[in-house]
Amino acid sequence: MTQATNELVKLTAAEMAAKVKAGEVSSRELVDAHLEVIEAAEPSIKAFLKVSGDVAREQADAFDAKSADEKAQLPELAGVPIAIKDMIVTKGIETTAASKILEGWVPPYDATVIEKLKAAGMPILGKTNLDEFAQGSSTEHSAYQTTHNPWDTERVPGGSGGGSASAVAAFEAPLALGTDTGGSIRQPGALTGTVGVKPTYGGVSRFGAIAMASSLDQIGPVTRTVLDSALLQEIIGGHDRRDSTSIPEGPRPMVAAAREGAKRDLKGMKVGLVKELGGEGFQPGVQARFDEAVKKLEEMGAEVVEVSCPHFEYSLGAYYIIMPSEVSSNLARYDGMRYGLRVMPPAGVPQTAANMMAYTREAGFGDEVKRRIILGTYALSAGYYDAWYGSAQKVRTLIIQDFKNAFDKVDVLVSPTSPSTAFKFGEKMDDPLAMYMNDIATIPANLAGVPAMSIPAGLSDDGLPVGFQFIAPQQRDEVMYKPAAALEAALEEDWGGPIWQSMNTPWLNAAE
Amino acid sequence: MAEKLMKYADATKKYDVVFGLETHVELCTKTKLFCPAEVSFGGEPNTQLTPVSLGLPGSLPVVNKTAVDYAIKLGLALHCEIAEWSQFARKNYFYPDMPRDYQISQYDKPTNGNGYLDVELEDGTVFRVPIERAHIEDDAGKNTHVGGADGRIEGADHSLVDYNRAGVPLIEIVTKPIEGAGDRAPEIAGAYMRAIRDIVRALGISHARMEQGNMRADVNVSLRPSADAPYGTRSETKNVNSFRGIEKTIQYEIRRQAARLDEGKEILQETRHWDEATQTTAGGRVKSDADDYRYFPDPDLVMLHITKEHIAEIEAQMPEMPRERRNRLKAEWGLTDLQLRDILNADALDLIEDTVKAGASAAGARKWWLGELSREANAKGVSLEELPVTPADVAEVEKLIADGKLNDKLAKQTVAGVLAGEGTPDEVVAKHGYKIVEDSGAIEAAVDAAFEANPDVVEKLKSGNMKPMGVIIGAVMKATRGQADAKAVTKIVMGKIKG
Amino acid sequence: MPTFTREEIEHLGDLARIALTDEEITRLQGELNVIADSINKVQEVASDDVPPTANPVPLEAYLRPDVPETPLTQAEALAGGPKTEAGMFVAPRILGSEE
Repeated sequence: MTQATNELVKLTAAEMAAKVKAGEVSSRELVDAHLEVIEAAEPSIKAFLKVSGDVAREQADAFDAKSADEKAQLPELAGVPIAIKDMIVTKGIETTAASKILEGWVPPYDATVIEKLKAAGMPILGKTNLDEFAQGSSTEHSAYQTTHNPWDTERVPGGSGGGSASAVAAFEAPLALGTDTGGSIRQPGALTGTVGVKPTYGGVSRFGAIAMASSLDQIGPVTRTVLDSALLQEIIGGHDRRDSTSIPEGPRPMVAAAREGAKRDLKGMKVGLVKELGGEGFQPGVQARFDEAVKKLEEMGAEVVEVSCPHFEYSLGAYYIIMPSEVSSNLARYDGMRYGLRVMPPAGVPQTAANMMAYTREAGFGDEVKRRIILGTYALSAGYYDAWYGSAQKVRTLIIQDFKNAFDKVDVLVSPTSPSTAFKFGEKMDDPLAMYMNDIATIPANLAGVPAMSIPAGLSDDGLPVGFQFIAPQQRDEVMYKPAAALEAALEEDWGGPIWQSMNTPWLNAAE
Repeated sequence: MAEKLMKYADATKKYDVVFGLETHVELCTKTKLFCPAEVSFGGEPNTQLTPVSLGLPGSLPVVNKTAVDYAIKLGLALHCEIAEWSQFARKNYFYPDMPRDYQISQYDKPTNGNGYLDVELEDGTVFRVPIERAHIEDDAGKNTHVGGADGRIEGADHSLVDYNRAGVPLIEIVTKPIEGAGDRAPEIAGAYMRAIRDIVRALGISHARMEQGNMRADVNVSLRPSADAPYGTRSETKNVNSFRGIEKTIQYEIRRQAARLDEGKEILQETRHWDEATQTTAGGRVKSDADDYRYFPDPDLVMLHITKEHIAEIEAQMPEMPRERRNRLKAEWGLTDLQLRDILNADALDLIEDTVKAGASAAGARKWWLGELSREANAKGVSLEELPVTPADVAEVEKLIADGKLNDKLAKQTVAGVLAGEGTPDEVVAKHGYKIVEDSGAIEAAVDAAFEANPDVVEKLKSGNMKPMGVIIGAVMKATRGQADAKAVTKIVMGKIKG
Repeated sequence: MPTFTREEIEHLGDLARIALTDEEITRLQGELNVIADSINKVQEVASDDVPPTANPVPLEAYLRPDVPETPLTQAEALAGGPKTEAGMFVAPRILGSEE
C-alpha cells in the first residue's frame, strides 16, 4: 500500500470531498484506494459480504465525467464512496440480510436512501456484514461470516451492524449506512471507536430497508467523525412518500450544528445525565471514560444535571415483546414462494406447500431469528396479546413520557452507549439474555423514536474503545450534533488526534 | 355422504333462524390499495406488480386515497358512523397466494361501523339489516391448480400463482346477526345482496360482477329453539358467489342444522363450502386455535385520519341511492309494482333510463329491453348490457317509428341489423333501404292482387267478418317486402270492401 | 405468568411455519422461559389509564393519489422465484384445509 493511499483513506469524508472539489483527487481515485484497502483488510476483518468494485468504479467515472456546473449542484459529499449494510436493498447487487434464506437474491429496485446516494454521486463500494436480519449484538449471527473488530481481531465488532462499523474503523470505507432497531448502529460504533447515528424515527425513509421491526427500525450514518455523520444524514434524510412513517419535513440543520459545536462553546446548554443508564452493570472502565467526558462538557460551559427516567427499567422487556412480534410478521414473507431459498420436505413428509414453507424456514433461518419469531408469535397470539403486546405498547407510552419530562428540564441526554467494550467471540453466544443486555442503554431511544448517537469517548483499561451516547428530542436531531462535535474536538485535542491513532492497522502497512 | 335434512317449513317453524353475511366487494380503483400498480382484468400473469404488491423485502405500503374515498361513500350509503381515526392491522397467516403472508385489514378500528340498510322485499315489505362494520382490506393473488380434476384444489399436483390480484382493494361489509327473519331469511339475504350490488354500482365504486368475483360473501347461519334463547353455534359457508347460491346456502343450512339438532347432534363451528353442482354445503375445516391470526396494528402504516371536511366533500358527491331512484322512476314512468319488478329482474333499469334520456318514451324503451332484446339476450346467454346494442340505438329506432319512417316489422329488422353488427339504426335502414311504402298506388295494386288470390276471404270481409283481415295484410306486406304501413293497408282494404 | 411447554412451542412452530427439530424445541423451551421471566415485568406498570403507542412519532396517513406507475416486468417479478412456470410462481400441492 502506498503512502499516498494510506494517507488518503485516513482522511475524513469531508476532507476527501474537499479534495475532490479542489480537483486534487478524483472520485475514481478514492474508489480505487478504498478497494485496495478492502483487498488488504478483508482477510482479517471480513466486513463485506459483497464488494461491488465494478459498480463503484462505474459510478465514480460517471461522477468524474460531470461538468463543474453539474458537480456544483450536488451535496458536499459528492464523489466520496460509501459502504452499505446488507439490510438495505440495492438494485442489481445481491442483497441477503446475511441470511441463507435470501442467498442469491438480486433486488429489482433501489431503496430510497440508495437512490439519494446515487443522485449525490456517491459510489457504492459493497454490502457489509450483519447479524442475520439485523438480529444480534455481535455480528456472530451472520449466516455467512464473522466480522472482526479492527481494534482486536479476536473480538466482536458489536452488532448488528458490525460490518459497516468495522469497514469504517478499518479505513475500508470512509462512510457507511447502518440500520438501528435497538442499537445496531450505535453499539457497534461504541465497540469500534466510530461515530454512529440513529436519526429520529421517520427522519430517514425506510423504503428499501429490509424490515426487522418496523416501528423501531431506522437507517443512519456510520462514520469516523461527527461532521461526516451530519453531512451524510442531510443527504439521506427527508420526506419520502413511499414510506407512510416518513416525517413530512426536510432534514434538520445538522451540518451547521456540527460546525457550530466544533467551536467548543456549550454555554447555555443543559445536559441531562440519565440516572438509570449507568453505574451497576457497566464496566468500570466504560463508566470512567464516560464520567471524564461529562466533565469535558462542563468545562465547555454546559450545565450538567441528573435526570430520572423511571420507566427505562421496563424498556428491555417492552423491546423484547414488540421487536419479536414485528419480526414474526415481517419475516413471514420468506416462505420459498417468490424469492430466495426453497427446501422441499424430506421423503415421508407430505410434499405440500405448507410443509415446503416450514422446511424452507427451518433450513433458511438461524437460531437467533427462529428464537425471535417463536417469541413474537407467542406474544401476538390470542390470549396473551393483552398481557404482553398490549402491556409493551403501554410501556412505550410511559418511556415517551419519561423522555418528554426529561427534555422539559434539559436540552440533551447522555449515557454510556454500551455497558461493555468489545467482547470475545463466542463469549455471549450461549446466553441470549446476556447478549440482549448489550442494548440496555440504546433501546429506549428506539422505543420512543428519538434521535441518538454514539461517539468515541476514549479507550477503556483494556485498550478498547468506549462509546458516549447523546439523545435529543424527536425531530430535533441537530440538538445532539452540537455537543457531540464539541466533545469530539475537546477529546481529540487531549489525545493529540483521532482515536484511531491508537489502533494497529497491519493491513495498511502490509505492502509497504 | 348425504346429510339428513328437515323439511324447510318444519325447520323454520321449529327453530329461530339467525344469519349474517360478510360481503367482500372489490373496488374499481385504478391502482392497488397500497401501491401504484395498475389494476386491470385479464392481464398477463404477474405483470401488475410493484415491489410492494409482490411483497419484496424492504417494500412498504402507502394508502390509496381513492380507496378511502370509496370506503367513505359506502359508509355514508350504509348509514355508518365514519371513524375519525381508523387503523390498519396485520392478519397473519401463511398461504402461497399471499405475497407477505399477512393480509392488511382493519381490525378493532375500522373506518365504517354501526350502520344499517333497508332492504325491500318482493311484496314491498321493508326489512332493516343491521351493519356491524365495513372495513378496507387488500386481496390475495390467484392460484391455478394443476394436475387434478376440473382445476380443483383436491387432487391437484401443484398450483401456479399469479399475484396480479394481490393488493386490489376490497371492502368487507359485515352485518350484525340478523334476527327475526324466520322463513324469509333466504329471501332477505338475496335482497340484501342485490341491494348492496345496486348501491356499489350506483356509487361507482365497484363493477360488482359476482361472476367475475368482484363480489362474494361468507354466509353464517345458526339456529336456536326460540327468539329469546342464546345464539346457537354457527356454520360459516365461505366465498359464495351468486345470489341464488346465497339464498340456497341459507335454506340448506337451516334444513341441515335443524335435522342435526333434532337428532341431538351438535353443530360444529366450521367453515363450509357451497357446491353448485350438488346444491349442498360441504363440511370444511373445524375452527380451532389454528385460526390464531395474531392481529396487531400494522407498524408500516400510521393512523388513518378522516376529517369532517373530507366526509363533507364526499357527501357532496353522493349520487341518488338505488331505492330512492327506483321509487322516483316508478312514479315518473307510471309503472305498477309488477312492471318495476320485471325491469329489476331483467337488470334493465339503467338501460331503460338511459334510453329514455336519449329521447325515447318510457313505454317504448321498456318494450324493447324487456321484449325483443331480453329474448335475444336469453337466447345468447348473455346479459342485456353485453348485447351489441346501446340505449342510444334503441332510442333512435323509437324515433324512426314515431316519425312514421318505420313500422313495427321494419323496426325489428333494423334492430336485428344492429345486433348483427351492421351499424347504427340509420346505417341499417340505409343499407337495406327500409322504408314504409307511402305510394298508395303500389299498395292498392297489392291489395287488388291479394283480393284476386283470396276470393273466399273477400267474401267473408264483405259479410262483416273481419277475422281474416290478417290474410290480406300479410299478403300485401309480403308483396311490398314489409315496407307497407299496416294501418294504411287496412284503410285501403276497408275502402274497397265498402265500395 | 407464561411458561412454555413443549407442546406450546411445537404449536408456535406450526403457526410460524418452522419445522423445528426436537433438539431445537428442547433448547427453545429453556431459553424462552428465561427470557419470558425477564420481560414479564412490563405488566407491572401497564395500568388501564395508560394509552398504548403503536408508532413512536405521531403522524397521520399520507393518502396517495390513485395514479398508476410503471410496474415490474414479468421477468423482473419472476427473476427471484425458486420455481416458475408459464409466467407464474409454482407452489407445491396446496391442501384444501390450508387457509
